[in-house]
Amino acid sequence: MISLQLPVSEEQIRKLKIGDEVSLTGTMVTGRDAAHVWMIDEKPEEVRELLNGTVIYHCGPVVSKKDGKWTFVAAGPTTSIREEPYQGDIMKEYGLRAVMGKGGMGEKTLAALKEHGGVYLHAVGGAATIQAQSVKNVQDVIKLEEFGVPEAMWVIDVEDFRAVVTMDSHGNSIHKTIKDASTKIAEKLIHR
Amino acid sequence: MSFQLDTNRLRDAVVELIRMASTQLPEDVIQAMVAGRDREDEGSPAKSVLNFMLRNAEEAKKNSTPICQDTGTNIHYITIPVGVSMRAVQQTIVEATQIATEKAYLRPNAVDSVTGKNTGDNTGEMAPYFHFEEWDEPAIKIQLALKGGGSENVSAQYKLPDNRLNAGRNLEGVYKCIIDTVNSAQGLGCAPGVIGIGIGGDRASGMLIAKKQLFRLMTDTNPDEKLAELETRLYDDLNTLGIGPMGFGGKTTVLGVKVGAAHRLPASFFVSIAYMCWADRRHTMTFTETEVTYD
Repeated sequence: MISLQLPVSEEQIRKLKIGDEVSLTGTMVTGRDAAHVWMIDEKPEEVRELLNGTVIYHCGPVVSKKDGKWTFVAAGPTTSIREEPYQGDIMKEYGLRAVMGKGGMGEKTLAALKEHGGVYLHAVGGAATIQAQSVKNVQDVIKLEEFGVPEAMWVIDVEDFRAVVTMDSHGNSIHKTIKDASTKIAEKLIHR
Repeated sequence: MSFQLDTNRLRDAVVELIRMASTQLPEDVIQAMVAGRDREDEGSPAKSVLNFMLRNAEEAKKNSTPICQDTGTNIHYITIPVGVSMRAVQQTIVEATQIATEKAYLRPNAVDSVTGKNTGDNTGEMAPYFHFEEWDEPAIKIQLALKGGGSENVSAQYKLPDNRLNAGRNLEGVYKCIIDTVNSAQGLGCAPGVIGIGIGGDRASGMLIAKKQLFRLMTDTNPDEKLAELETRLYDDLNTLGIGPMGFGGKTTVLGVKVGAAHRLPASFFVSIAYMCWADRRHTMTFTETEVTYD
C-alpha cells in the first residue's frame, strides 16, 4: 500500500505503476459529466486552485444535510469513459495529477497521463458505504443548483481512501491488457 | 371479499422495502460472492476486491446506508389481487419513493431527458417504473430491483442472425451473443455481474423478461432442461474469460446466468441481455391486509 498525501507532486505520480494499491489522504474534488463539459467550455477560474495537484473523482454521491452541514452517505465511482473526450485536456489545463473512477479510460487520456504526468486510479464500483466513510469532511459544493446533487463538484477531505493504479504515466493500462486477453478467449468460444 | 387497501400502511411498507433493497445485499448474492472469493488466488487483486465488496455490504447493512451511491432505476414487478386499483398502488409507491429519497436511501436519479433537469425526488415520466400482473392470492407482492446506470449501459440487445458473431437463430446463437456482451462489458457493469437473458418476444417484452430473471435466486435451477443447460454452460465459460471483479482480472466474472424465453414473431429473434452489477439489489415484499413480510 502506497500512501499519497494530496496535493501530490508530479515526481511521486511518475513513480507509480499499474497494479499499485494506493491510500489517499487530503482534499479532492468530484466531477462528472456536466462538470467536465463546463470546464472545457467555460474554463472556470474558481476551480483552478482546488484542482491543481490533486485528484478529480468521477462520483455522484448520495449526500445528506443536517444543521446546514453536508455529509457523504454513499460515494462510489461512476463510469469514467464518458469523460474520455475531455479528461486529458482538463488534466493539463488545471494541473490535475490523478483521475479516479471506474472502468478505466481510453487512448487519449492514457497519452495525457504520459505527457503531463498523471495516473488513473480505479476505485471499487458499488463499494459506496466504505468509500463515504473515508470522506471526513465536505468543504464546499460548486454548481449544486445548476447541476444537481450527482453532477455538482463536491470539494471533500478524505482519509485513507483506497484505489488501485490501473493506468500509469508510462503508457500502461490494465484495462487494455485484460481486454486483449479476454477477447482472444471470447473469439475462440464464439467461432469454434 | 375484496382486498381492502390501506395506502398509508402500504406507503410505510414500501419505504422499508426501498431501504432494504438499497442497503442489504440479498443473502444468495453474498454467498455467490463468497464462493467466488474463495476460488480466487491468494494475494490477487480479485480476492482483495471481492473482500472489499463483501465488507462494504456488511457496513451498508449495519449503518443502513446505500450499498452503492448509484441507487439506480427503481424497477417494480407488482402482482395484485383482483379488484385492487393499480393507480392507487402506483401513486402510493411514488410517494414512498419520494420519502425514501428524502431519507437518503436513494439518490435523486430522475433527469428530464429534454431539459436535463433532475426532478430531485426520483419521480417523473416512467420513473419509477412499474409492471403489473394480477393473481388470486389475497396479497400484493412487490418485487423491487435497484439497477444502476453502469450496468444498464452495458446491457444489450441482438437480432439474430448476427453475421459478425456468426450467430444463427437458435440457442447456440444466443450463447454467442452473451459471450460477446460480457466480453464487451469488461469491468464496466461492475463485474462480477448477474446476467438476465430474455430470448424472443419483441424488443420491449424481451428486455422485460431479461430483467425479470434478475429476481431468481442464484441457486435455483431453470425448470426448462435446455435453458438450464445453457445457463450452466454460459456460467462456466464466462468465468474463463479472465475479466474478474471490476475487470482487474480473475476467475469471477459472473455470479449467475438466468435465461427466460417468450414467444416471438416468425420474422424476429431477439436476444435481450440485462447485465446486473454485483450489487444485485433486489427484494420482495408480500403485503396482506394484516401482515408484511420481506425476503
